Order: sequence, then structure tokens, then C-alpha cells
Amino acid sequence: MTDVVSGSASGPALVLDEPLSLWGGLDALTGIIIDQRHPQRGVCLSGTVVFMQSGRGSSSASSVLAEAVRLGTAPAAFVLREPDEILALGSFVAEEIYGLVTPVVITDPDSTFSVSTGDLVRIEPRSLWIRRS
Amino acid sequence: MKGFHALQIDLTAHEKSLLDGARGDGVSMAMRLVVRLAQTMGAKHLRPITGAHIDSCLYHGQSGLDYVNVFVDSGAKVVVPTTLNVSSLDLLHPELFRGDPATGAAAKALMDAYIALGCEPTWTCAPYQREQRPGFGEHVAWAESNAVVFANSVLGARTHRYGDFIDIAAAITGRVPDAGLHRTEMRRATQVVDVSCLSQQMLSTDAVYPVIGFVLGRKCGSSVPVIVGLPEDVSEDNLKALGAAAASSGSLAMFHAVGITPEAPTLEIACGGVVPDETIVITHQQLSAARDSLSTATRTDLATVNLGTPHYSLSEIHALFEVMDGRTIHPSIDLYVSTGREILHEAMQRGWAGSLEASGVTFVTDTCTYITPIVRNTTGIAMTDSAKWAYYAPGNIGVDVVFGSLGECVDSAVAGVIVRDEGLWSGAD
Repeated sequence: MTDVVSGSASGPALVLDEPLSLWGGLDALTGIIIDQRHPQRGVCLSGTVVFMQSGRGSSSASSVLAEAVRLGTAPAAFVLREPDEILALGSFVAEEIYGLVTPVVITDPDSTFSVSTGDLVRIEPRSLWIRRS
Repeated sequence: MKGFHALQIDLTAHEKSLLDGARGDGVSMAMRLVVRLAQTMGAKHLRPITGAHIDSCLYHGQSGLDYVNVFVDSGAKVVVPTTLNVSSLDLLHPELFRGDPATGAAAKALMDAYIALGCEPTWTCAPYQREQRPGFGEHVAWAESNAVVFANSVLGARTHRYGDFIDIAAAITGRVPDAGLHRTEMRRATQVVDVSCLSQQMLSTDAVYPVIGFVLGRKCGSSVPVIVGLPEDVSEDNLKALGAAAASSGSLAMFHAVGITPEAPTLEIACGGVVPDETIVITHQQLSAARDSLSTATRTDLATVNLGTPHYSLSEIHALFEVMDGRTIHPSIDLYVSTGREILHEAMQRGWAGSLEASGVTFVTDTCTYITPIVRNTTGIAMTDSAKWAYYAPGNIGVDVVFGSLGECVDSAVAGVIVRDEGLWSGAD
């Protein structure tokens, strides 16, 4: 795995069935998915470790992530299959201006671990633990 | 951030000095962000830019202000000519803003902060419609997805798909990662899209281009496609509509069109010598289905018509002027045209904008009707000629939309009910 944003975090896993565009997709005030087309609309991401294939959609996602970090509604961390510069930038900026780290890690393409929503996940620099719920 | 190391990035002495704080904390933070992005993208070094276009001036919350104020408070300035994208407010027509006044005040403070950094108050998502625009081969840092596509594809300038935060960091440092679409090998087409089976009549219709773009974004995601079969005299307005739609339904940052865009004199050159095996053919039926999927409305009670996403060009305002032909918009309908303040000024001077206002048109500058509360009636159906507007407005401002050609939009606004011309879309190939 690769740490795009390195740090420590833990929380319940939330596995997204489809990539989510944070802009227009996540309400920073509540941490809830508001994208009407997303299958997990209404689910709250606050404090969870979000697993998704990749980021998606507008580059304003960086702003939504930084705002959610400021408001304390952001996910604890992101675990992606593909690098995502937009999410990384939102996390970089929140770290710069609020001193709060939201790790963004990329798993190796050939890694075969499985994770289910609700599993307990802990992230440290260069490592990721999953405890089945 | 203490102890930050620019691992794996080969910085010049100047770049190191910016990183180490020689020009203040703001410049140092900007350089840290550029270097961290370079690490994420796998760049080996940075590269200078000649201009920037900033999307961070649109208000998303207090964090945007907290961020820009680090730069303002430390006296940082942009070091390259820098234009500003749309914001949340129309400063020329402030009465149009229907949002919370406190949010409006914060949005204004954000706009003022970017001007304080030395950016030009252009407030347009179509900076390529200005006289001063990047030339072929120029490296720039542009944010705003439709502007990124236009710069790369139509101008042959080079920009990665930048977004919030990094845009101003690049303008303040004058640097971007040497990665992504700044590099020649990343600009080669990897997918061929063939539209040559569409009829000439279809390809001479403006409304087809946003729909082609919508399909392109769906099929190509973030890869670089090359389109075969577009007519040689296709307009910049058509290419703009195509690119904006593709950057909405997908993450497209560049396309080629053989014989039209500057890096595609031939299919072989666009592909860098290796033409991909697979060709995606776009059919009349696919386009008709895509056009239908852009409409979410099943009712027919029209309330508004929303034109100008991306911001209308002078030629598009002229086309609207000709289609309107002095008719009056129905009293129950609002027709909004979003455009840049420079373009509106020009359209006023030519008499087109004044005539359109007399017909009942409301011009919106500095912002756009799908990103901020301006549209007065959001309960009735909203009609638009923009695939991008149709894609985003239902989620952003909660309207049901119908996508149509400019002619359909204007006829509907005059009649007060949705008027459709199915001839173009239902005909056989």
C-alpha cells in the first residue's frame, strides 16, 4: 500500500458500492451522502474509514473535504484502489490550516484483502489492520 | 508543517528557498502543497507556468476563507497572470442573489481575498473567450473542468486537471508538478471515438455537441480520446459544449479531434504513432437516448430557461439575439443567460444584450445559475441548452430539467410551455 496522506486513524469500515463525488455528494454539515444517484444515499460517513475504488467528479471535492474536517464531520480516513489527487489535496489543506490529518491510502492493485462495512479498521503509517466485526 | 521534506522531488535553489520560507509562510505553504501533489503524481521535478485560472474563489464554507487568508495575511501575491472563475455572487446584479445574507457576505470576502492576492476579477468559467488566452504549448495551471478541457484540446496549451486549493498555490509559486497532461506522452489518445456515421444534418446542429460530449464522458472516463468524423468547420462554441459535457459526465481533461484540434493533424499523430485497436462508434440511437437521459422532468409546467453554461460567448449571445428575433418572453417564464462581465459589456455595445433585455432576458454575470441561489422559481421545470447544467442542476439547486436546443429553449420561453422539435432526434441515420 501507498500512503498518499500518511497518518493514524481508526474507525468502522464503510464500503461504498460506487465512487462518491464529495461535491454535490456529501453534506459537509452532517457528513451524510446526499447524491441522489448514489446507492448509499442517506448514509453518514463521519468518523468511518471509507473504502472506495477511486474518487469521482468535480475537483471542488477538495473544498468539501476540508470543510468537513473543519466541522468534524469528515471520514476518519480514505482507503482507495487508485490515487486521487483531489481527495489528497483536501486532506493536505486541512492538515495545513487545522492540523488535523485525514489519512488517504492506496491499496496495491493485486492485494486481495476483503473488508465489510462495520469491520474495525486501524491505519498507521504504511500499515492497515482490519478486525472482522 | 515542521520537518517537511521534498522527498523524490528535485527542486531548484529558488524552489527550495520558497519551500524554506524565504518569501514568507504563505508562499512556503503554497510550495509545500505543490511538492506534495508532485509526490502524489510521481513527478521528478516541478515546471514553471505562464498563467493560472482559479476555481477556489467559489465559496464552499469557512475553510476556503481560512485557507486563502494564510496567503493574504503573509503578504503573498500571484507571480503569473491569473484569472478568476465564477464565484457565488453576481457583483454587477447583486439583487439576483436569493441566498442567506451571511453566506453572501462570506462569499464576497472570499472574492476580495483573491483580488488582494493579485488575481484579475474576471469571474468567468470561460477564460478562453478572452483575447489574452494561452498559446499552443504554453504550460498553465487551470482549474474548472470545462476550461481545462478547452485549454488542452482546443488551444493546445498544457494543464493538468487542477482544482480547488492547488490552483492558487501554483499561481503563487509559479510552479506545477511535471506530470500528467504537462507531459507529451500523457497527451496521446488511447481511445478512438468515431462519429462519422452521424448525418451531416445532425453534425451541423449545435444541440448535438453537448450530447456527444455527454456520451464521450460516460464512455471514456478520464482517458484521452480522439474523435474521428467531426466536420472541419465545427465552431469553438461547439467544442466548448462538447468538452464541458464530457468533463461533467466523466473526468475528461483532454480530447483530440482529427483535422480540427492542434495536436491531431492525423489519427496516427494524435495517438503518438500507435492507433488503438478498439474504436467506439457513436450512433444516432445512442445520441437520442443520451439526449433523453439528460432530462429528469416528466411534468410539463415550464418555469425557467437557463442558458450560458459554460458562460456564453459573444457569438452565442448573437445567436440567441437572432433566434429571439424581437419576440417577448412569456410573463410566467424567467430566461437567464449566464456570461462573463467582459462578454456582456461587448454584447451591450453591439446592441444585442439591450434588445434581449427588452425581450425579457435576465443576464447573470460573475456566477452561474446552477451553483448559487439565483433561479427564482425552482418548483417548475427548468429548461437548458447545456448538458453540464442539466447534469448538475437537479442535485445542486433541486430542479427538474429538460434539455433542449437553443431554438427549443427560446420557443418554449416565448410560448410559456415546453416546445419540442423531435425531427432531428427521431430521424434515421
